[in-house]
Amino acid sequence: MAEVGVKTREDILIEEQGFNDHFHDHHHGDKYKSGFLNHYVFSMDHKVIARQFLVTGIIWAIIGAAMSIVFRLQLGFPEESLAWLKPVLGKWIVVDAEGVGKLSPEFYYALVTMHGTIIVFFVLTAGLSGTFSNLLIPFQIGARDMASPFLNMLSYWFFFLAGVVMFYSLFLSTGPFSGGWVAYPPLSALPQASAGSGTGMTLWLVSLTLFVVSVLLGGINYITTILNLRTKGMSMWRLPLPIWAFFVTAILGLLSFPVLASGFFMLIFDRSLGTSFYLSDIFIGGQALDRVGGSPILFQHLFWFLGHPEVYIIILPAMGIVSEVLSVHSRKPIFGYRAMVYSILAIGFLSFIVWAHHMFMAGVNPFISNFFVVFTLIIAVPSAVKVFNWITTLYGGSIRFNTASLFGIGFVSMFISGGLTGIFLGNSAIDIQMHDTYFVVAHFHIVMGVAAFFGMFAGVYHWYPKMYQRFMNETLGKIHFWGTLILAYAIFWPMHYLGMAGVPRRYYSFDTFDAFKHFAEMNKFITVSAILAFVIQLIFVVNFFYSIWRGRKLTQKNPYDANTLEWTTPIEPIHGNWPGNIPSVHRWAYDYNKDEREFVPQYEPLKEGEVGDH
Amino acid sequence: MASETIALHGDHSAPSWSGGSEPFKASYGKLMMWYFLLSDAFTFAGFLIAYGALRFSMPSWPVPDFVFSSLPGGIHHKPLIFVTIMTFVLLASSFTMVRAVQEGQQENKNGVVKWMLLTIIGGLMFLGCQAWEWTTLMGSEHMTIKVNPFGTHTENGVYLEDGHDVKKGDTFKAGTSYLIHQHDGHFQHLAYKVSDGPNAGQTKRLEFGPKAFGALFFFITGFHGFHVFSGVAFLLIICLNAASGLYEKRKNKYEMVEKIGLYWHFVDLVWVFVFLLFYLL
Repeated sequence: MAEVGVKTREDILIEEQGFNDHFHDHHHGDKYKSGFLNHYVFSMDHKVIARQFLVTGIIWAIIGAAMSIVFRLQLGFPEESLAWLKPVLGKWIVVDAEGVGKLSPEFYYALVTMHGTIIVFFVLTAGLSGTFSNLLIPFQIGARDMASPFLNMLSYWFFFLAGVVMFYSLFLSTGPFSGGWVAYPPLSALPQASAGSGTGMTLWLVSLTLFVVSVLLGGINYITTILNLRTKGMSMWRLPLPIWAFFVTAILGLLSFPVLASGFFMLIFDRSLGTSFYLSDIFIGGQALDRVGGSPILFQHLFWFLGHPEVYIIILPAMGIVSEVLSVHSRKPIFGYRAMVYSILAIGFLSFIVWAHHMFMAGVNPFISNFFVVFTLIIAVPSAVKVFNWITTLYGGSIRFNTASLFGIGFVSMFISGGLTGIFLGNSAIDIQMHDTYFVVAHFHIVMGVAAFFGMFAGVYHWYPKMYQRFMNETLGKIHFWGTLILAYAIFWPMHYLGMAGVPRRYYSFDTFDAFKHFAEMNKFITVSAILAFVIQLIFVVNFFYSIWRGRKLTQKNPYDANTLEWTTPIEPIHGNWPGNIPSVHRWAYDYNKDEREFVPQYEPLKEGEVGDH
Repeated sequence: MASETIALHGDHSAPSWSGGSEPFKASYGKLMMWYFLLSDAFTFAGFLIAYGALRFSMPSWPVPDFVFSSLPGGIHHKPLIFVTIMTFVLLASSFTMVRAVQEGQQENKNGVVKWMLLTIIGGLMFLGCQAWEWTTLMGSEHMTIKVNPFGTHTENGVYLEDGHDVKKGDTFKAGTSYLIHQHDGHFQHLAYKVSDGPNAGQTKRLEFGPKAFGALFFFITGFHGFHVFSGVAFLLIICLNAASGLYEKRKNKYEMVEKIGLYWHFVDLVWVFVFLLFYLL
């Protein structure tokens, strides 16, 4: 116990009403303290693994964002010399006789591809869901640790290995894969298709296959832990919303990543063993290739059967985190708890039957498109339910405008802005004009890129004390929030106009298109905004690492007066999370300002005559 | 692993979903195996859907009765006999697996080891059969992952040349399958004359069948075979553990045997689908 001698009401409640799982009869708790390697590197403690995921995610986010700056320089300032980047990028900057350096087009495509792959998989899947599922699931359901800490450890190290392979591919002489993060064949299937399609693509496949293993190991663990290890009284309808979100996220990953893996295996066969699952009617240099009978659309189906649930794998954890953060900091119960849960489930289910809306223009039968249009638009319903519930939760609350809640509110803003454009794109008729333009880029960056980052930031600022026993700096945090909010809109808002004018995405330069020349100034504006946004994120990085050692110390167990169980664990984390009994749960997690009390934690038994839950 | 894992020894009288107990009355390990199998089912579903998509985009597909008709010892034209034996062996190994799990629940070590050994033998026999089938297809019929010499006639016709098992003047009907044999290392694309229909009277040569047939066959049965192989490896490890008395000490009714049993039945179930798609349809 942190407060020696003095027993608080909380301690007494947990001791008396708590749930004795005979944890200490096993006598292995101290094992985790022994040795640097077991404690920090191959740790099996969910709190350490969560921090490993987070720090790895931050490093990848910096790499991924830096890449976007380089290709934004090309798009915003195509006339300027990039010779100053030569020391970093080497041969990818081609310097002519006059000393003017140009980004090589192959590397431009490689940067775009890597930016997408890294941010989608390494940052917003592993860095977001990996971090917070690991941190919060055992804490909030009242478990000592994950069901299998060993598989949990493996999950991180498979992710790490995937990262090593991907990082290595950046330094190949032929460059990393450059055919777009969706890796459509034939660019991905024929090693001779482009520079990056050779070894670069091979390593990309190896890396992402390792990543699939990591996601599956993690997901199996999260689901099992949530089902089997809830503390006494923690019924499914009392789970805090982040846990529901992680639960459905894990199920989506478990069902969709294997299909991506099947697509990858066939791609590997096409690449290395000469099969033609995805290849047909290919001509190289006028010569017909002896690879017939396959279908590139087949890969697109298999890819997007993962790819669409994947965007919900990214956004659902952010939604869960934001629900919790907004409720805690507006001192109000979450509005419509059950509606929130049902909408998470509905989104999860619908996410599996909308994938072909990414393929309207790929030659899919228009009648089949109708089906996908309808279900895509239906997703707007549960999404809108969630948005209204967040707004109603905030309405009339005594909101604490700290960085965490600001990012939560910013998330809602971004999700609305990006969600609305989704309704445009979900219509197959409008998609004829919008497909593969900057409108799409703007849509998904706002709705699943920036929004998911906002959810992640809300979570990091909110649970930072639970991870590092210190707070992050609030002033720097607010600068970070306002800068990011304004600049994110400055980057992506103008892109809608570019897209509506028909400017295609993924193009290296627009010099030769008269129709797009007058957008040069707008592109310049976007690039400048992107650079500033990148600098603002560095403030976060500095704040994050500075606060680990120098941040304001956490002095009480429950700094936010929150109800969930993680705030009943000792300030200094221990293995097994609770020194004695696990608290048992008597109510839902959102009893704020109920019966004249500002907050009523989950471990408090119901008073005589009190109506529990919601 | 087991010593570090944390299990809840919950209050079993509580309603199963209200926390502090295991809702499905299954340990976390068993649940994990179920979820792994669920994800693996999606992997195979991906493959089988790819199979369907490619097969239905082809104008013709070799008839399985014709393709899979060889038996060891140079016996031919016995459709599906060999694969029936293979399938029987695999399904029988599922039965022996059930017996092993049963013995485990009665904490009978010798019974567990005996029935697991029989399961391992069944798995190895299946793998042996598959090896023979692949060798025959690749070695004597020259089907590979890239080349598929099994085609199907789309028109009625008359052969104009002598082949390996046909003679000049033999007639054939649309819908029957043929095999392009090799002669001196070269495929003999026999010439034939179309006897009726819009192309009547034209002279054509036998063409290779759809590439996807061979590629999908080796890919999917190979992936399944790899699952059987890993299953045999795990069965062996768990059998040795059981024999060493490790599970006896755990006093959890040989749960490890039950878990590998789930996997083994799953692999069998997948084979039923593979069997249906490649050999029956």
